[in-house]
Amino acid sequence: MSTLTQNPSQTQHLPRWRSAVGLLRRYALFILLAVLLAFFGHAEPAFLQASNLLSILQSTSVDALLGLAVTVALIGGGFDLSIGAVAALSLMTSSYAMVVLGLGALPSVLLSLAAGALVGLWNGVLVFRLRIPDMLATLGTMFLLGGLQLIPSAGRSIVPGLTLPDGSVANGSFDEAFLAIGRADLFGVPLPVVIVAALALLAWLITERTRWGRVLYATGGNELAARLAGAPTVRYRFIAYIVSGLLAALGGVIIAARVGRGDVSGGSGLLLNSVAAALIGFAVLEARRPNILGTVVGAVFVGVLLNGLTMLNIPFYTQDLVKGAVLVAALGLTYGLSRGRRS
Amino acid sequence: MSSPTPLPDATARDAVLQVRHIGKRFGATQALDQVSLTVRPGEAVALMGANGAGKSTLVKILAGVQTAGSGELLLGGLPFAPRSPREALAAGIVSVHQATEQLGVPALTVAENLLLGRLCNGHLPVLLRRGRLLREAAEVAAYIGLNLPLDAPFDDLTPAQRQLVALARALSEAARVVILDEPTASLSSREATRLFEVIDQLKARGVAVLYISHRLGDLRRIADRAVVLRNGRVAGEFAAPLDLSAAVQAMIGHEPSLPVRRETIRTAQPVLAVQDLVLRPGARPISLSLHPGEVVAITGNLGAGKSRLLQTLFGEQTWRSGTAQLDGQAWRPRSPADSIARGVFLAGEDRWRSSFLPVETLGACIGDLISFPHLGRLFPHGWLRPAHTDRIAATAIGRLGIRTQGPDDTPDLLSGGNQQKVVLARWQSQPYRLLLLDEPFQGVDVGARHDLIDAIRDRQDAATLIATSDVEEALEVADRIFVMHQHSLIEVDNHQGGAAVLATLQALETTEAAA
Repeated sequence: MSTLTQNPSQTQHLPRWRSAVGLLRRYALFILLAVLLAFFGHAEPAFLQASNLLSILQSTSVDALLGLAVTVALIGGGFDLSIGAVAALSLMTSSYAMVVLGLGALPSVLLSLAAGALVGLWNGVLVFRLRIPDMLATLGTMFLLGGLQLIPSAGRSIVPGLTLPDGSVANGSFDEAFLAIGRADLFGVPLPVVIVAALALLAWLITERTRWGRVLYATGGNELAARLAGAPTVRYRFIAYIVSGLLAALGGVIIAARVGRGDVSGGSGLLLNSVAAALIGFAVLEARRPNILGTVVGAVFVGVLLNGLTMLNIPFYTQDLVKGAVLVAALGLTYGLSRGRRS
Repeated sequence: MSSPTPLPDATARDAVLQVRHIGKRFGATQALDQVSLTVRPGEAVALMGANGAGKSTLVKILAGVQTAGSGELLLGGLPFAPRSPREALAAGIVSVHQATEQLGVPALTVAENLLLGRLCNGHLPVLLRRGRLLREAAEVAAYIGLNLPLDAPFDDLTPAQRQLVALARALSEAARVVILDEPTASLSSREATRLFEVIDQLKARGVAVLYISHRLGDLRRIADRAVVLRNGRVAGEFAAPLDLSAAVQAMIGHEPSLPVRRETIRTAQPVLAVQDLVLRPGARPISLSLHPGEVVAITGNLGAGKSRLLQTLFGEQTWRSGTAQLDGQAWRPRSPADSIARGVFLAGEDRWRSSFLPVETLGACIGDLISFPHLGRLFPHGWLRPAHTDRIAATAIGRLGIRTQGPDDTPDLLSGGNQQKVVLARWQSQPYRLLLLDEPFQGVDVGARHDLIDAIRDRQDAATLIATSDVEEALEVADRIFVMHQHSLIEVDNHQGGAAVLATLQALETTEAAA
């Protein structure tokens, strides 16, 4: 975090830094997170136990991963509404590969990732070749995939022993190595948390610290300016969608491995959570742009909030309302309260 | 505020607008300091000043976009403190912005745009009959003798026509003061002449005009008086007949000087040689040679093909036919990336569209903007070293005299002239063979323009090709001048200077008008 503040475009806020209000706004989300942790810890001591904190991270990991997918697409200047559906597709693809086709762990994972990359490419074609606005194109893809994933299993969840549409029975099963992706620990830390943390660090380094990240941000910010500066903008925008699809597909794999079945409704709610994480991330350190660190913080923030409310026995059906409220509040913080610079 | 002010003198009493001791501070910068000026009905007052002198701030206060920090405004003798553009407009202060896209609603027709004010404030019935709409629009158009198809979409109008529509609308809304901010920036000389006629009509109707421009020719033509701002203060007032050189001197604080035009050094091998380049089907082929150390300017009307030529040489537009050599080797760029790799750089027109990034984006600060096209060369392994880009930016800031707090500033914090210096610095920060500059003096004041010209003419090893619609700018910067007309080039005899260029332009326009 301290390294990000050295970022050139951040330090221009220096004069305002000195004011307490500016400082408060800059770290608002971190302060709120600390307040939440203290509050939940006080109300329910079990909340702050290591096992519970790890379980928060575990449940947050997929949202964070899909949040990264949204963020990468956003940085390249495109919204990707299809990531939830891509995760669901990947969940069904990997399950189908193992249970019906009898493939091993590695081929199943590769097949799922390939499906995700293919969807990213497809989105790129819709947006950059057919010139469909990004929101509409990826919304269309979302509906398309939502229907497509139901076809192979005739709308049923994929479990060992599933009766296929042609009457035969699927006799494959989930590979143990595959299930380990969602269930194993590394020094006590759930493997999905380790995977997502590593990917987030990599994505952060690439977007913030390399010239490729700068080109991607520039492409998303002003494509003409980026092209006139010699950037292969079309290639970058395609890559952003493909990476987005790949990350979302990995999210689907992790869900399949954790749950151990190809649940037809396994992808529901993923889009809301991940978009919320990415947009809340705009408020982190007053970035006001899609950024990896912000997305991770946003996902953790939502995870902590929901876990804490659950522990306090707040009904589960209020969760969406809470998420929506947090999202709007964060956006208000980003845009509404910080108009100072524009004039 | 309550301090006793002396009774206004006779000239002030008949003033339509009085600005009294206005001050405005942004953080550590005192943008306006005790600025006072008076505008009388039917008078055109030129507001002059270098970038950052406080012109835009004053205009924004008058137009209700910002509020004054201290001092007061009187409109028709009554205190006036607009808190929004709407209030300013209702009081009769109309500002026509330099950005042409803000002049109207593109989706509506000319007639609807002319009646925009009435459509919005409910003075027209909800259900409009086409006949009534057109009749009322025709009345508005008649105020300035506007002769446009009222049914045409606003989208199809030229920038000049849009400005005229905005002006007609201003008149129909009982304007008392019209503020024109760089109105001729994107107009050809013929279109500008038309605009000046309209301004004369405004004056004849008793409307006061506050005119902001960097173009001395404009000011000479229309201004009755000039008020010069420097560093947020009034540096001088000049009454008609305007002594423009004194005004310019007050503005920049020293005598302007034309660069010494060098006799071009024609070495054996030109940097760029172009043969029979056709920009558009039917256009006469273009042949052109540019030599090391040479600065060549192309002038001509909007739409003559200046940008097209530059973009074709840069690989942003498709190369139709014709051949070219760069340093003796065949040259036919396929993409901007291709050109940049070979040392052919282009700084596009309209810096916010072609060069800068939205200020929130990573890489939007001037240090990053300067290095952005060269990142591949500077950091071949991909890993950025901010200290290195900051060093490059610091060098550029020093060399061009960019007024900024440092490489971390975003360009929106800079004045127009300093923004343009950033654009030039970007392309001059690395070695190049040919630099293509499209309208490099847009919204740049005289002082900054001289800094830019010095920096452009400083390069002895490479060639520079500049497109500008302003003949004065072309004369100031270039060793040789071409006039572009209908996508072809006409070389102007350099020894006859400005008169020859103007004569060529005028001859072309009259033949065009006759056709």
